[in-house]
Amino acid sequence: MLSVLTRRLLNVVPTLLSVIALVFLLFSVLPGSFMSSMGEDGRTTIDPAVMERMKKEMGLDDPLPTRFAKYVASVAVGDFGKSFRTREPVTKLIGQRIWPSLKLVFAAMAFAIAIGVTLGFFAALKPGSPVDTISMVGAISGLSLSQFWFGLMLMYLFALKLKWLPSFGYGDGGLSHLILPAVALGVGPMALLARTTRAAVLDVLNADFVRTARSKGMSERLVVKWHVLRNALVLVITIVGLQFGSLMGQAVVVEKLFAWPGVGSLMVDSVFQRDIPAVQGCILMIVLFFLAINTLVDIAYSVIDPRIRYR
Amino acid sequence: MRKWVLLAATALAVFGAVSANAQDTPRRGGTIRMTAPYAASFGSLDPQATPRAQDDIVGKALHRTLYNWDTANSKLALELATSVSVSPDGLVYTYKLRDDAYFHNGRKMTADDIIWSFTRIMDGSKGYPGARYVRLIKGAIDVEKGTAKEISGLKKIDDYTLEMTITDRVEPGYYFFSGTTAILPKEEAEKPDFASHPVGLGPFKFKEHIPGSRVVVERFDKFYKTGKPYADTLQVLIMADAAARDIAFRNKEIDTSILGPAQYVAYKADPELSKGVLEVAEMFTRSIQFNLTNGTKELKDKRVRQAINYAIDSDLIIKRLVKDKAYRATSWLPPSSASFDKTIKPYSYDPEKARKLLAEAGLPNGFEFELTTSQNESWGMPIVEAIIPMLAKVGIKLKPKLVEATVLTEILMKGEHQGLIASSLTGPDSLATLRCFYSKTPRTACNYTGFNNADFDKLLDDASQTGDMAKRDDLLKKANNILFDEAPVWFFNYNKAVLAHQPWVHGLQANPTEITHQYPENIWVDATSPAK
Repeated sequence: MLSVLTRRLLNVVPTLLSVIALVFLLFSVLPGSFMSSMGEDGRTTIDPAVMERMKKEMGLDDPLPTRFAKYVASVAVGDFGKSFRTREPVTKLIGQRIWPSLKLVFAAMAFAIAIGVTLGFFAALKPGSPVDTISMVGAISGLSLSQFWFGLMLMYLFALKLKWLPSFGYGDGGLSHLILPAVALGVGPMALLARTTRAAVLDVLNADFVRTARSKGMSERLVVKWHVLRNALVLVITIVGLQFGSLMGQAVVVEKLFAWPGVGSLMVDSVFQRDIPAVQGCILMIVLFFLAINTLVDIAYSVIDPRIRYR
Repeated sequence: MRKWVLLAATALAVFGAVSANAQDTPRRGGTIRMTAPYAASFGSLDPQATPRAQDDIVGKALHRTLYNWDTANSKLALELATSVSVSPDGLVYTYKLRDDAYFHNGRKMTADDIIWSFTRIMDGSKGYPGARYVRLIKGAIDVEKGTAKEISGLKKIDDYTLEMTITDRVEPGYYFFSGTTAILPKEEAEKPDFASHPVGLGPFKFKEHIPGSRVVVERFDKFYKTGKPYADTLQVLIMADAAARDIAFRNKEIDTSILGPAQYVAYKADPELSKGVLEVAEMFTRSIQFNLTNGTKELKDKRVRQAINYAIDSDLIIKRLVKDKAYRATSWLPPSSASFDKTIKPYSYDPEKARKLLAEAGLPNGFEFELTTSQNESWGMPIVEAIIPMLAKVGIKLKPKLVEATVLTEILMKGEHQGLIASSLTGPDSLATLRCFYSKTPRTACNYTGFNNADFDKLLDDASQTGDMAKRDDLLKKANNILFDEAPVWFFNYNKAVLAHQPWVHGLQANPTEITHQYPENIWVDATSPAK
C-alpha cells in the first residue's frame, strides 16, 4: 500500500507540471490581459502609463519561458504568487475559499450517494417495476438538467414560494444556506450514480457466484448483503471517485448562481479578469483535490474487494 | 353623533399625518442590504488599488475622497474640505479641510494624510489606477518617475489647510472624486493586511468580509456628518447573476437590485415592484466606434459614417431589444452634461438618405467592414444581429467578429478594429470626455477612433484655457456638435441605469456617474424592513 501511495505521489509531479504548462500556454495565446480587463465594462479608462507600470509590477513584461521558470520555482516551495486583482498571496485567497468549497462538494456528494445509490439499488432489485421506471426517468432527467436552470427552479420553489430556505448566499455557514446549492450541484452525480448502481447490481445479480449462493439455500437478503452489494460497490465507488474529484471544478456555475464563496467563483472571476496567478492556483488546487480523491478510491477498492492488489 | 364623527375624522387625519411623517423622517437603526452585481467577488478593499465599479460600491461606505458627486444638485461638491479658494490663474487651489473628519482608528484627518495618500498613488513601482488623476498636480509625475520623493504641488499650510498647484486649468473636482483617490491613514494602509481590513474616513467601518459572498460594515459614530449614517449595518451582498438576484429581491432578501432589460419590463409592468424603480440616464454612451486611421478607407469618409447613422433604426432597436432601458443618443456627451445641446435632433432612420450619401461618396453598391463585438446583451452581439439586415438594405455588408468583453479595450488601444461596439464613460468631466477625440490624444490614451479635426481641436484648446465655466461649456457644446456632424461613431444610446429597491428603503440617489455608487450615509430603512 505504501508503494502505491509513493507511486501516486510521484505521478502528481508530472501531472501538475503539465497543468501549469497548459495554463501558461493558454493564457499566453488568449487575447486580453489583466490591465485591459479593467476597462471591460466601459466604466474605467485605463491610463496607458499605468498599464505599463502594472505590467512591470506583475512581471508580465518578462518572456514567457522566464515567467514559467519563475512560477515553477515558486510553486515548488509552496508559493503560488500574488493575485493581480487583490495583490494578496494566492494561497491566502484559496485558503479563504477552500472550506466553503469543500462543504459544498461534500454535501452535494452526500446527497448524490444517498439518493442515487439507493434509487439505483432498489431499481435493480425489481427491474421493470414502477420503482425502476420512476427511478430511471428521474435519473435521466437529472443527467439532462442544466445546473443553472435547476438551481433557479430550486430557488423559486423552496425560497420564493415555500419560504423554507434562503435563496442565496453563505449566511453564517449553516445548513439552511447549503441545502439548495448542494442539491443543485449534486443532482447530476446523483443521476449518474443511480444509473451506474442499477447496472452494476443487475450485472452482479446475474453472476455465477450469486446463483451458487442462492442454490446453497442462502436467503435473498443475505445474498444481496454479502455478495451483490459488495461486488457492485467496486464500480459504484469508481464513479463516486471520479464525480467527487471533478465536482470542485463543476461547482463554478452553482457557486456563481447562489453567491457561494467557493473556489469555483474565484476561478471564474479570475479567468474573466485575466488574474493568471489566481487561475493557476485554483486549477492546481482542483487537480490536487481530484488526485487525492482518486488515491483514496484506489485504497477503498482493496478494502472492499481484497482480490484487488496493486503491484 | 355628528360630534363623534368629527372626532373620529380628526383622529384619523392626525394618525395619517403622523404615519406620513414617520415615512419622511429618517429612522436610525436597521440594516441595509445592497447588492454588488458586477462580478462574483470584490477585487480589493484598498480603494487606491482598484478602479472597478464593483469595489467602489463598498468604497463609498468605507472611504472618502476630497470631492464627491452631489446627485441632488447634479454637480461636484467638496467632501473633505469646507471651502476652497482659487488663484486668479486658476492653477492654485487652497482647501480649508474639515477638522472633524476621523479615520475609523480614531485619529483625525489632517493635510498630511491627503499629501501622503496622493504620494502613495504616484508610487511608480505600483501602478495605482488613480495616478491618472493625481498626475494633474504639479510635480506628481516626478514622484511617479522616481526623480522626486514629494509632490511639489502639494503644500501643507497648517494641519487643516492644503495648497494644491495643478498643471492644467481644469476643475480638480473631476479628478479627486474617484474612489481611486480616497484618503487613507498611513499607519493603517502600510499594514500588509490593509486590503482585507480597510480603515477609512467613511460613514461605516469595516466589520466582515467573506470573499465571494459579502462585505459587512457597521455605523461609524464619529462620522463627520451629524446624525449620519442612519443605519446600524450595511451589507453589500455579491450577486452576479441577474435571475438569482431577481428571485432574492422578490423574496425580500435584498433591498436593492440592478435590473437588466428583461427584468426592467417585468418590474415596470408589476403594480407593486414598479413603485420601487429608480431610473437615471447614466454617463455612458453606447456606440460603434469607427477606426478612421487604420480601418477601411470607406469609413474615413464622413458621408459614409453619416450614412450608417441614417441606415440604422436605433429607436426600433432600443424599443425591441433594449426594452426601452436606454435613451437615444443625440451626441457623444450625455444629457446630464452642461455642454449637451438640447436642441439637437438624433439622426433619423432614413435608408434613402443613407443610399444617397453612399452614392455621393462613390459607393453606390455599398461596401463591407468588420465589426468587433462582445456578447453584451445591451451593446453587443444581439444589437449587431439587428443592425446587419438594416445596413444590408443600403448595401453595407457587416462582418461581425465576436470577442470576449475583456479584450475590447486592448483591441481599441491597438487600433485592431474597423468598427467596434462598446459602452464608453462620457462624464462627468465633459472636457476630459471630449479630449478622447482630440487629435493629439494618442490612441492608447482614449482616441480610439483616431479622430482628427482642426476646428474641434481649436474649440478644445480654447475651452482648456478659459477660466469662465459658462464660456467653457459653450465651447464644448460646439465641439460636441462637430462630433455629432462628423459622426466618428454610430450614436446608439445612453444607458438608462435602473435600480430596483424595496419599499422600506429611503434616501437612494439616482447617481448618473454609476447608480450602484450610493453614498450610504443618506440611506435609511423604515421599520417595515424584514432585516434585523
